[in-house]
Amino acid sequence: MLNWLCKWFHSDSRALSDSCGPKVKMSLRFYYDLMSQPSRALYIIFKISNVQYQDCPVALRKGEHLTEEFKENINRFQRVPCIIDDGYKLAESIAILRYLSAKGKIPEHLYPKYFVEQARVDEFLEWHHITLRVTCSLFFRTIWMDPLLTGVRPSNEKIQHLTQHMEANLDIVENVWLQKTDFLTGQRLTAADIFAACEIEQIRLADYDVRIKYPKIKAWLKRVRAGCNPHYDNAHQYVYKISGTAPHAKL
Amino acid sequence: MAKFKYYYDLMSQPSRALWIALRLGKIPYEDCPVALRKSEQLKPEYQQINRFQKVPALVDGDFHLGESVAIVRYLADKGQFSEQLYPKALEQRARVDEFLEWQHLGVRLGCATYFLDMWLLPMNGIKPKPSAEKAAILSKNMESQLKILEEIWLKDTPFVVDNKMTVADLFGACEVEQTKLAHYDVGKKFPKIAEWMQRVREQASPHYDAAHEFIYKKSGMKPSNSKL
Repeated sequence: MLNWLCKWFHSDSRALSDSCGPKVKMSLRFYYDLMSQPSRALYIIFKISNVQYQDCPVALRKGEHLTEEFKENINRFQRVPCIIDDGYKLAESIAILRYLSAKGKIPEHLYPKYFVEQARVDEFLEWHHITLRVTCSLFFRTIWMDPLLTGVRPSNEKIQHLTQHMEANLDIVENVWLQKTDFLTGQRLTAADIFAACEIEQIRLADYDVRIKYPKIKAWLKRVRAGCNPHYDNAHQYVYKISGTAPHAKL
Repeated sequence: MAKFKYYYDLMSQPSRALWIALRLGKIPYEDCPVALRKSEQLKPEYQQINRFQKVPALVDGDFHLGESVAIVRYLADKGQFSEQLYPKALEQRARVDEFLEWQHLGVRLGCATYFLDMWLLPMNGIKPKPSAEKAAILSKNMESQLKILEEIWLKDTPFVVDNKMTVADLFGACEVEQTKLAHYDVGKKFPKIAEWMQRVREQASPHYDAAHEFIYKKSGMKPSNSKL
């Protein structure tokens, strides 16, 4: 596993400017890395929505987003995901979702047009940043990524602290968001579920198994995966492989 | 159109941003203050208002909504929000959305963590006063976000999105104002932010000062020409 990981980390990649495919010229360019949670969420949403885009993968592990060229020509914030739509540059996954929805590219079942239903999805998307997202990413980064980069493992006390913060938010997902419904904002899968699931999948990398303490999240994750496949599994191929915890069912 | 109920506390940054925006837009609402210092948001009655027990929140008929940015969008779609503050044109709106989405883990997380750990939690005896080492980490984290505000968002424009004030500026400025309580003077290292805040304050007058009355008083960092 570690061998494979090292190879993956150091594998050659084409120069960024050459890596955008396919050959057909599309007006929408999508820059992403499947190791980034919101990148995966947008990737899955685009695939389900059949959004046509020019594929522009960015290898974060090689710092491809940190070059001056990336800053100047692609995204001033030097992050993924981002898009360039016929010259218009936009960052922030949720802003991108809303922009493409307003352009009629996202089906209503994923991001409702009726403002009352849309507000419910927005409520989750706005809620998740400084709660679920920040605590899951911090858990993943401190326990998985930092040791990989620095060789230093966090103390048990630190791990306990991170777990506590993350679980406080997983509790809210389990007990409030999923209290009465099959999906986070009602009985149907929306973009909110996809964003949330991608955050929760990330902590597999730090060997956290959400299914142990959270039966509702466990059942909901299955529903989200089923509702998004095969794109969900494609988006998570690296997460499954690196964590060694792919779901039993075939890709 | 029946008035919606707005639940807020002016000690909460997003509550202030929305409060200022509603006042600037002359939007009628039913005033429902919630005293966080008395933990009113944790009472069972308030859980009926907002299941997440936070402010701000909105109740419009039987529709309950939390999260300030979601509230902005809901009201805008209903025609109960200033169009200057939240533009309708696709690309301009996306640019405001870009800021609103960025600020959560950007200027909001940085500034709010600083304020909480340096001021609110020690003051209430919930956490000890941070060590010099810890304080340095807190200011470094906050300043890495302020740097993005200074050098990217405010690079070429007087407001975070182009030349006009929008709700994005209000959200950003209310977060930065909060750090005054922890005696942080943003102008020392970030001159563009200080000038921008002055512009936002002028454009949002008199509601901006009214919303920040407590912060000015408590921090002793009142703008020199404030009438308060």
